[in-house]
Order: sequence, then structure tokens, then C-alpha cells
Amino acid sequence: MIKIQGLYKSFGDLEVLKGIDNEIKQKEIVCVIGPSGSGKSTFLRCINLLEEVTAGEIFIDGIKVNDEKTDINDIRTEVGMVFQQFNLFPHMRVLENITLAPKKIRKMNPKDADELARQLLEKVGLSDKAKAYPEQLSGGQQQRVAIARALAMKPKIMLFDEPTSALDPEMVKEVLDVMKQLALEGMTMVVVTHEMGFAREMGDRVLFLDQGLLVEEGKPDQLFNHPKHERTKAFLSKVL
Amino acid sequence: MISIDFLDIRLDVIWSYRELFVRGIGVTLALTLIGYIGGFLIGLLVALAKISKKKWIRIPAKYYVDFFRGTPLLVQILIIHVAVIPTIFGHSLGPFVSGIVALILNSAAYNAEIIRAGIQSIEKGQMEAARSLGMPSGVAMRTIILPQAFRRMVPPLGNELIALLKDSSLVMVIAVNDLLYAGKVVAGASFRTWEPYLTIAFLYLILTFIFSKIITYVEKRFSNSYVPSSRRRIFSFGRSKGVDSE
Repeated sequence: MIKIQGLYKSFGDLEVLKGIDNEIKQKEIVCVIGPSGSGKSTFLRCINLLEEVTAGEIFIDGIKVNDEKTDINDIRTEVGMVFQQFNLFPHMRVLENITLAPKKIRKMNPKDADELARQLLEKVGLSDKAKAYPEQLSGGQQQRVAIARALAMKPKIMLFDEPTSALDPEMVKEVLDVMKQLALEGMTMVVVTHEMGFAREMGDRVLFLDQGLLVEEGKPDQLFNHPKHERTKAFLSKVL
Repeated sequence: MISIDFLDIRLDVIWSYRELFVRGIGVTLALTLIGYIGGFLIGLLVALAKISKKKWIRIPAKYYVDFFRGTPLLVQILIIHVAVIPTIFGHSLGPFVSGIVALILNSAAYNAEIIRAGIQSIEKGQMEAARSLGMPSGVAMRTIILPQAFRRMVPPLGNELIALLKDSSLVMVIAVNDLLYAGKVVAGASFRTWEPYLTIAFLYLILTFIFSKIITYVEKRFSNSYVPSSRRRIFSFGRSKGVDSE
């Protein structure tokens, strides 16, 4: 579903990703872990081209993403993204946050879009917040709205960029629960996270990135319990 | 010696020329409002050009702003009236048109900087979130960035309005019959000095006072909160459905 070949990214002289290869299959839950500055967020942001790729190739469903001939907006409608800072649109109500893109981009009629938004709000457990503004919601609620907003485009893939890192501890679970539900429904997900519990429980595969390199990958049990590389061991000993 | 003139204010002189002053107010208001709206729209385009990724769009916009902010408005008015417009059209279009054009172009340069700063003050994540949903950058700018940025621009844009009202008096040099011009005509015709100039000063003061009241209203309407119930509802534009349901 997602194929990444020789992904290289630098910001000026700073090399953030130094050649990463990977293939993510349909319905797979891939968790990306690693120390801060390891390039894991950049890796994720390259997939939908929020960061320009310096070298290498990314394919989604066989279409090359970083090709001048590819309309990136078309690709992005198929790839939902959830951000660490939620990034809800503060000047719009929750319902409008969710319906905006389906109406503007998918040309969905307003009634259907409203209906879809209400279904999604129910799914993330916020049916009563349709008319609220983002500033009236807690962090966990905002992040769940952000997930609903991404899902409204009916994406094939969901990217999560540290979705619980900006949350108060007691709100982490409500967001993770929504993500688990999504995983059980068969969504293809790439999750950059510090929640090792989530990676262990839900991940089909875990990638460990360090200093721009994919150091180790494997099933959660294998990577967490029997890491091969010294750097993986050192990292896990600090976070587990 | 204190001038006898000063002790002997004659308001009847002003009253007999009242039509000139009223027309002067009308012309000054027209200059200000047309200049402001035009200056805002062109300023918006220049601001968008200034943040463009394309160099050939960005650089001319930068020079435009540099020129109109870096030279005196009075000089710009004269250049446009005696050189630019006659060259383009072959003849003058009258002092009013020249004056308006100069005010629009000048205030556009100042507004462009305000609008650019407002746009750039919006968190990067907003644009990223919009783009990640598949919105083209133009749609994202219109529906996500600008509505948020305009709130932050209200105070400085209000200052510009008042500055423009006062600066509009400079068009008198090309004989636009604005409020200052009216004062000068009356001074010349009546051989009085204190009364006409004090009158127009007072009238300018009233106009700026009214404008600043309006600006205060708008600022309160666009307070920091987006939640309708927690902000004062003075104007009904904007979102209002379901306001009281929460």
C-alpha cells in the first residue's frame, strides 16, 4: 500500500533521514518509535509530502507521491493525518471542522456531510459537541475531533504524528481507545508514538528509528522483548 | 501683543461659508473610504504576493512596498497627478481621481505589511492541517488562514483608517476640494485666519473620533474568543445560528 525506497531528507546541511526503505501493507498497523530528533515525525510527514522529499521515492497504491505529475491534493484526500497539536480550525464549530473538507474537496452535499459528521462524532464519543467551538473542548476531545475530521474524507491510510504527546495523562486513554477501534476496523495506520503500550498491544510491526536510520524493525514482541541492536536496547531501557 | 483677531472670533463668517465645509467633509470622507477599501484590496494582493514562493511575484511586491513606504505621500500625489496619469491617459483625469489613486496605492503598501504579518502570525499547523485534508493552498488560505488572520489585523487596520483620514488632507496640493481645501478657500475669501483653520481642525477631530468609536466596536466584536456567547454581539454578521444552545 505504501512503498518507501531510499527516502532521504535534509534541511540544509542537517541530514534528518538517511535512506529509509519500507513497505506498509494494507490493514497493517505500523508504529514508529525512537528518541526525539531521530527523524520519525519527518518520516511520517514525507509520506503525504508535508515535507518535501530530498531524494528517494514514495509510492501509495502504486502512484509515485513525489512526482511532479502527481496531484498531491488527490493523494492527500486518501491519506488522513492527525497532528500532535490537533490543529483544529478554531474559527469553526466542531461540525464545520469535520464537514469542511468533504464539502469543499469531495463536493459532498451539505446534508450528507452533516450526517457523516454526526456518525463520526458518535464514533469518537462526542455526539453532544457538534456545535461547540474547539476552544471549549479538552485536549483529548479536540484530538478525537481531529481524528473524526481526518476520517470524514474516507481515507485509506491514517497517519498519526504523536497524537497523545500534547495531552494531559488522563486524556491519553480516550484517544488511544478511538485509535484501537479504528485499528480493529481494518484501517491502515502509521503511528509515530511514545506510547509503548499502544505499540506493543496494537502494532503489527514496530519500526525503531535513530539518527535518521531505520535501525531495527519487527513484531512488537520481538522488538520489545528481544531487541537485536545495542541502540534499540539502550532506547528501550530508558522508556520501558 | 496678543492679536486682536484671536479675541474677536467671528463664527458668523464660518456659518456663511458652511456649504463649503459640508462639501469638504463629503470629499474627505469619499477620499478616505474609497482609498481605504481600494488600499485594502490591493494591499491584500500585495501581501499574498509578498509571501509567494515564486521570486518573480515576491520581488516586485517588495519593491512596491519599499517605494510607497519610503517616499513622502506628498511627492507620490504630485508624481501621479502631473506625470503618471497624464502619461498613461494623455490628459489629466482631474485632481480627485489623482488623489484617490495616490491614496489607494499608498495605503495599500502599509496595509500589505499589516496583512502579511497577520497571515504569518497564524500557526503553521493550520495550513498543514488544511493541506493534509487535500485542500489546495488557495482554498486553505481563503477558508482557514485569512478568517483567522483578519481578527488579528483589526487593531492595526483601524489605525491605518485614521491615519488615512488625516493623510487625505495632503491632496489639497493638487486642488482637490476636500476639507482642508475648504478651510484655505474660506481663509482667503474672508481674510480671517483663526476661524476657518480651527473649524476644519475641529471637524477632522470629530471625524477621527467617530472612526475610532467604530473601530473600538469592531475590535470588541472580534475579541480573542471565537465562542459567540462570550463576546459582545454588536453586529449580527458572522455565525449566529445556535448561539444559545450551549
